Amino acid sequence: MRIVVLTKPVPDPAAGAERLGPDNRLDRAASPTVVNGNDEYALEAALQLVEAHGGEVVILTMAPANGTETMRKALAMGAARGIHVTDDALAGADLPTTIRVLAAAAGQEAFDLLLGGLDTSDGAGGAVTAGVAARLGLPLLSTAAHIEPDPAAGRVRVRRLSAKGYDIVEAPMPAVISCTQALGAPRYPSLKGIMAARSRPIAAHSLADLGDGLAPADGAWATRVVAAEPPTARAAGRTVTGSATDAAREIADFLADRRLI
Amino acid sequence: MRLTEEQQLLRDAVRVLADEKIAPRAAEIDRTATWPDDVRRLLASHDIFAIPFEERHGGLGSDLLTLCLAIEQISRVCATSGLILAVQALGAIPIQVAGTVEQQDRWLPGLASGEMLIAFALTEADAGSDPSGIRTRAVRDGDDYVINGTKRFISHGSVADSVVVFAATNPDAEKASRRLSAILVETDRPGFKVTRVEHKMGIRGSPTAELAFDNVRVPVANRLGDEGQGFAIAMKTFERSRPGIAAQAVGIAQGALEVAAAYAKERRQFGKPIAELQMIQSMLADMDAATEAARQLLYAACEAIESGNGDAARWAAICKLVAGDAAMRVTTDAVQVLGGYGYIDEYPVERMMRDAKITQLYEGTQQIQRLIVARSLLAGS
Repeated sequence: MRIVVLTKPVPDPAAGAERLGPDNRLDRAASPTVVNGNDEYALEAALQLVEAHGGEVVILTMAPANGTETMRKALAMGAARGIHVTDDALAGADLPTTIRVLAAAAGQEAFDLLLGGLDTSDGAGGAVTAGVAARLGLPLLSTAAHIEPDPAAGRVRVRRLSAKGYDIVEAPMPAVISCTQALGAPRYPSLKGIMAARSRPIAAHSLADLGDGLAPADGAWATRVVAAEPPTARAAGRTVTGSATDAAREIADFLADRRLI
Repeated sequence: MRLTEEQQLLRDAVRVLADEKIAPRAAEIDRTATWPDDVRRLLASHDIFAIPFEERHGGLGSDLLTLCLAIEQISRVCATSGLILAVQALGAIPIQVAGTVEQQDRWLPGLASGEMLIAFALTEADAGSDPSGIRTRAVRDGDDYVINGTKRFISHGSVADSVVVFAATNPDAEKASRRLSAILVETDRPGFKVTRVEHKMGIRGSPTAELAFDNVRVPVANRLGDEGQGFAIAMKTFERSRPGIAAQAVGIAQGALEVAAAYAKERRQFGKPIAELQMIQSMLADMDAATEAARQLLYAACEAIESGNGDAARWAAICKLVAGDAAMRVTTDAVQVLGGYGYIDEYPVERMMRDAKITQLYEGTQQIQRLIVARSLLAGS
């Protein structure tokens, strides 16, 4: 099986250095980056599938030139190679452009499955994985909690999170799957994995390599951020004092009043 | 000093693992004084044992500094766990420096993978700083040695699969330094017994054992180097192992510094965080300076030792001396910054202070380190 995983470098939440540039776009130079959390879950699922069924995992990233640094972290987990779409014309790209570009790059790979995180922790658009499926005309199996391919039959079955529990959905491969944390925690790369990742290939593609008309000229994006404001500070919390029994009762009442328990 | 990209990558990977997987275990390892085999398995599965071994033995082929970076990062959160790597290296170095290709191919892959553990047995009840007092004997009998004696304070002695034993094969040699040989003893051989495991002040999860050898029969092929070379092999080993203890010390100091700085920002007295009090700031600054100075010295020592410049014993002694003393001072001050809270086991600094003390004692006391430095300084013309 060949599985393509969308992996996006996002500001490292642990660094707390995320900030916006003057145009209200994320200042990608301001913070160290990590692989987007949900994408790591997708990657872990892909690695396990390849371990079970054979094949290779390919990571696909659209990012500035230094995005390879974060891609190496994903390769260290066990992906075989990377595809890095990088072009100055893509700085600040909107969702439709991102989807067209990633779909064009993925379309060059004969994959069985394409996995992506449900959303990213920076843009949080939550539409890219689904958009790529639509653009490629492939079935989308969303909010996956478990993935079970049957390569011989050319089909994949997904347990999908629903409001009431799970839906079991099935589609022919190739298919696109949006991934959730219910798939299981990503592995820590081993030191040998880290060393091996340094020599794994990352193919760089510019916009022109992928075809014409994928991005609007001069960054005329369909959407733009007109204003950005930090969330209002939360009001001070309420402190519960008194004996443990009284305090527990008070907290339980508080939660019960709001139908939280 | 600038680390290579590879060193930074490996250090950062070990740090994440230490923070997320080992740190939550540290207090319990200390409290229960039990060998953390789960940590051994973790280090094995992430190839951390592999760092100082050659690629042909399944290692990463990394240098001494990279190993020290890993020991430092793990010791930052758990000194017992950091010591696992240091002891494995201590036991493996005699094989690396004195073993034949056949011996290396036989024993090093298991050590590199972390499936096998090894210990280093030099010290005896009456022979620590002065190895000329070693009484353990290895007597040649055909193609075997027959070993009798008792070793004391042997780190990992009760969990190791093999032990490098320093025993007198030539007790009548004129020079005391020509009496010993280094012999690898598998611990499943008849006559090998763990007779005692010490109750210690610090590094409490690391088993420190007394080992008895009662007519233990070992093939001559298990001897590392020539007969009578044992002392030289031990000294050569310390040149590469003492930086590991310095790394453990730097890690402990860094861990204590981080806890103290974070606490000072939270703890309020006189209407403000104590971090705003100059007396606290002064202590924290001195702690940081001492830790960083020890760290940079350690890194420089690793480079000097790796370059084979002939002054390795001095560099190894200096970095352990300075780092061990820094760790003791920094952890003691960390307890002071935390006040009464530093003295109870709700916070990790009292553990770190207890753990720090051993770095001034083992692999040569601080006094022995000074002896080595002075001897090097005053030698020659």
